[in-house]
Amino acid sequence: MNKRFVSLWFRHLLTDWLTLRQPELKDLPFILTTPVHNRVVVTATNLLVEIQGVTMGMPAADAKAIVPGLKIIEETPGQATKLIKALGEWCIRYSPLVAADMPDGLILDVSGCVHLWGGEHAYLKEIVTRLRSKGYDVRGAMADTAGTAWAIARFGKIKPIIAPGMQANALLSLPPAALRLDAIILERLQKLGFYTIKNFIDMPRSVLRRRFGQELLTRIDQALGNEFEPLELLCPIEPYTERLPCLEPIRTATAIEIAIKTLLANLCARLQSEGMGIRTAVLKCYRVDGRVIQADIGTNKATHHTGHLFKLFELKIATIAPGLGIELFTMEAPKVEEVEPEQEVLWSPEGCSLEDAGLTELLDKLANKLGAGNIRRYLPQERYWPEQSIKPALSIKDKPATTWRTGRPRPSLILNRPEKIKVTFRLPDYPPMLFIYKGMVHHIKKADGPERIEREWWVDNGLHRDYYMVEDNEGRRYWLFRSGHYTDAESAWYLHGYFA
Amino acid sequence: MSPSKNDIISRLQKDILLWQGFSAPAAGKAKGIGLGPLENAFPNGVFPTGTIHEMLCPAPEQSAATAGLLAGILASLMQHGSVCLWISTSRKLFPPALIGFNVQPHQVIFIDVQQEKDALWAMEEGLKCEGVAAVIAEIREISFAQSRRLQLAVESSKVTGFLLRNDPRKLGTTTCVARWQVSPLPSQVEDELPGVGFPCWQVDLLRVRNGNPGSWQLQWLDDGFVAVDEQQTETLLDNNRMAG
Repeated sequence: MNKRFVSLWFRHLLTDWLTLRQPELKDLPFILTTPVHNRVVVTATNLLVEIQGVTMGMPAADAKAIVPGLKIIEETPGQATKLIKALGEWCIRYSPLVAADMPDGLILDVSGCVHLWGGEHAYLKEIVTRLRSKGYDVRGAMADTAGTAWAIARFGKIKPIIAPGMQANALLSLPPAALRLDAIILERLQKLGFYTIKNFIDMPRSVLRRRFGQELLTRIDQALGNEFEPLELLCPIEPYTERLPCLEPIRTATAIEIAIKTLLANLCARLQSEGMGIRTAVLKCYRVDGRVIQADIGTNKATHHTGHLFKLFELKIATIAPGLGIELFTMEAPKVEEVEPEQEVLWSPEGCSLEDAGLTELLDKLANKLGAGNIRRYLPQERYWPEQSIKPALSIKDKPATTWRTGRPRPSLILNRPEKIKVTFRLPDYPPMLFIYKGMVHHIKKADGPERIEREWWVDNGLHRDYYMVEDNEGRRYWLFRSGHYTDAESAWYLHGYFA
Repeated sequence: MSPSKNDIISRLQKDILLWQGFSAPAAGKAKGIGLGPLENAFPNGVFPTGTIHEMLCPAPEQSAATAGLLAGILASLMQHGSVCLWISTSRKLFPPALIGFNVQPHQVIFIDVQQEKDALWAMEEGLKCEGVAAVIAEIREISFAQSRRLQLAVESSKVTGFLLRNDPRKLGTTTCVARWQVSPLPSQVEDELPGVGFPCWQVDLLRVRNGNPGSWQLQWLDDGFVAVDEQQTETLLDNNRMAG
């Protein structure tokens, strides 16, 4: 998927914050200072001071000379970091992936988030106006890479949103500082007359590397999207995995059991604290000879019950061939769901329903040994064709959408494929008088029918069936049908089931 | 006055039943499962739950009849919305038929296995799960040792198990509490009415542990078993003779 990033730049982060805390500072020129090597240096200015030419790193005495009536406040160390983190956490409402961009910015990975605010424009506008209304002087930009978004937020003059794939065009007219370069490289570029990025971006890479080092190339690639740029997220999304390296290669089943128990205990402790449960889990055993053995389990209901999960893995231990030994175990839970807390019951009803924990654990166990596809439950379906009248339930919680039809008797055993029989019957639609199945003649004494079941013409076309319930002279009851009208050439008689 | 011989024998028999796990039902708690006179064949006159029953079905028609009788028994075992497991290697049961015997078909979990070995394993696991109403397994052959494993499983969990022996090759000794055989009988219809009547079966209890084997004729009316009385059967036979 195409990635999109938003870069936010707080131009007067600390002074804005102080103004919010102390509203009387709003119309006063003031700076924040910090002592460096026996000098007091400016570290932050507000807008009133900045327009008069005071820059960061200037001695406080010079600033005082430039701006009369300047208020000087000493900076609390680490304040900026704290503030950026707090703002980043506030921004998680816009995207789960927020990274701090020290000292005065944030980078948001907004891939797949913007449609929730009705498009990129509305999204960026929402963030910027919300932050501005709070009192922070913020600039934002959106682009395909964090590098370009950073550059446009700080140096862009035309529009804040760069269309996908247009990073190079957007960067051309910006100064080299937009590439997040070291002061030394910037100075060297300046000296050589490279005032904008377009002056040097098309130069051969080997030349640039020789003159300015690898860093320049890396920064260009990151801005253009040719190189991946890792972000240090404020709230990293940790996958549900656990690792267990072994001091010595493990070969015995007992040791594997211990490993699985340890991994499950760690994983389940975390899941439990977050109220989540495992639906599928994968155990990977890394062998000394480089092969990886994998064992997976699945559950019908999310669970973090260590004992139950271990029982499921216990069935798989036999399939784990340790070879010369296993040196690393990892356990992942690719599919987790929220656990529904179980309600305590005052008295236990007789028998258990489908939601009972004991039953789900039993079904998990059976499913892991026999295959989940071999365990079925059927729900009624509003279709008359006997083969289609039931459908498998998708989950243990599936409830029938309709009631079971009781109007017509249905055989207790049904053949997977109706089997052909030989029949004597009277025209046009009387029940058969006798039929021959597997060489045995059945004389019919009693019969019900016909019950005509038409094919679903919108699904398939073919002959309808006329069903008869018949009982032979020994009391055995059968379900027979004739496909089609007796005049049809393909019309034939079949045995389809046995009644109780 | 010393107690008579019969009293001693009957007391001893009760003790033996108790030791074997057949406790007499508490007063007021005695409730049949609707099998009528057939329940008297069992010790204390109570259909034994929490044990394994074996049902012989040499022919598919008998399987169908057995499925019907079993569904009728399940209806009372699964009254409280509980669940039963149906394990088989080649399943032919048609779930919608169960509703005719007052069993909710969606409360039955079907487990299809490839081998008889897996079916036995699944049955044992199912029987260990307390609260499952019943576990039914279609198994062709079972050895005494295997049946003993199943018996041990039910002894702690009190789940009822049913072994459907489709087309059994040999009938060895098993730990099952009873061996059933159900065969279809001609249904009984009111005079002159056309059509097929209610399902009707000949139920033979070939072996009952501590009970009295015998043979009964049962009919399933809309909501329960009804014993077919002798007289009705006789008239039926007469009718047949006339028809033949």
